[in-house]
This record gives sequence, C-alpha cells and structure tokens, in this order.
Amino acid sequence: MTSASFQPQQRPHHIDVAVNAEADIQAACRAARQLAETLEFSRTAAYHIATAASELAANLLFHGGGGWLHAHALFDPQTQEVLGLEVLALDHGPGIADIALALTEGYSTGKGLGCGLPGVKRLMDEFMIESTVGDGTCVKAIKWR
Amino acid sequence: MKIPILRLERILLVSIQVDLTDNDAMQFQSDLVEQVAEIEALGVAIDITALDVVDSYMARVINDTASMVRLLGAESVICGVQPFVALTLVEMGRDLLGADCAFNLGQGLEILRTRIATRGDTRLSEDENV
Repeated sequence: MTSASFQPQQRPHHIDVAVNAEADIQAACRAARQLAETLEFSRTAAYHIATAASELAANLLFHGGGGWLHAHALFDPQTQEVLGLEVLALDHGPGIADIALALTEGYSTGKGLGCGLPGVKRLMDEFMIESTVGDGTCVKAIKWR
Repeated sequence: MKIPILRLERILLVSIQVDLTDNDAMQFQSDLVEQVAEIEALGVAIDITALDVVDSYMARVINDTASMVRLLGAESVICGVQPFVALTLVEMGRDLLGADCAFNLGQGLEILRTRIATRGDTRLSEDENV
C-alpha cells in the first residue's frame, strides 16, 4: 500500500537475491543499483550501494557458503517519504569468530583486498553485524537518502 | 567468458567489460602473461571503461594483472576508470588501483609509448619501420 502512493509505476521496493554462484554476485549488485535508482538516490549513493551489495554478496558466497541478499526501502510511517535503503546479507555459514578482526582494514582470509567489510562500513551510513560461530552471519547496512 | 587480447605491434590491448568470476580471472591472467612473454610485449593497456561497478574483488584482479605484466618487464596502464568507480573505490578506504591510469585508451597508449621510449627500448620503433 505504502509503495503504491509513493510511485505509480509500482516498481518493487525490495529485492531478494539468492547468492549461490559467482554470477549471482553481479545479479545482486545490479538489483541493488536498480533499487537505489528507483528510490531516487543520488548517482553517487546508488554506486556506493551497488558496490556494497557486491561486497556483501561476495562475502556470502566465499565465506558463508551462499546465502541471501535482501534490500528494501525504509519509509517514514507518516509521510511515506523514502528515508533510506536497508541491505541485509544472511548466511548459515561458519560464522565469524572475531568480528573486530574481520572489520580490520587490510585483514583478509579470502581473496579480496582485505577491505570488503570495512569498505561496506565506509560506503554505507549504518552498519551492524551479528554472527554466531557455527550458525551464520547477518550483516545489516543502511544508506540514508 | 573469454577476454580477447588484441595485439597492436608490441603492445597488447585488453578490455574488461563484465565482472569476472574466479575462473575467468585466472584464465584471463594466464592467457595474458603467456602472450606477454611470448611476444615480449612492451606494454599492456587494460581498458575498464565498460565497468561501472568495481568491487574490491574486481579491483584486486585488475591490480594483480597489472603487476604481473610489470613483473615480466612490460609497462602497464589502466584506462577508463569511470568517475563513480573512482569515487566509490576511494570512499572504500583505499587507493585500490595502484597502477597508472589514463582517461581513455588513446591516452593510455600514449603513456605506454612515452614510457617505453624513456626506458630506452627502441624495439617498438624498430618494429614500426619493418
């Protein structure tokens, strides 16, 4: 309902991408960028969101053994105005034993530059990470408009 | 997805237009270093004009490729980094592309030629005279 009044074209205000193969990383990235553009984020912000989505999707695949990337608009309950965009990355992988270490610049266990998670943190305005060893990881990031 | 490697005298041109998977990247890098070694290329221009989102993984692939080429003894230059890519990469906290950059392929080739000339490698001009 809320979305219908916001934009007549009824373009979706949320995306869900299953990330189980390398091609899905690009799909997640593209979907996040489209969503950001639909929500009329600035071009810079849209590229930041797309890159963050790409980093998170890569993490899902390479560290979490696959998972879901979800993104949706955050609305002001009164005015229906778009306040921001929230990105969630969920996996049931091994979890992160030392979150502080994973957020350290230059630290990497995989094949990145060691700036994946800290990069996402810089690109987005809010960043939260919850992880249970053996159970999985949930990363939540918000970009305000 | 195979990346074509074009030869222009002793310079090689590659244009990356899509995100590469792990396997693609390895295939591309081994194809490139093989060809650089084979023709003793003097320079390699890597064009990324078509990439509008470069995450840390792609940045590393591009960086690594440029370093491999330099290790072999050829000059390398990265061409066509998009404005929003530059904005995002720097925002991510690092000057990810450590290699030399040029606005476009034309400028990239000029840089390569100048650099090849200054290091006293005359093979390029010799080839042109043949």
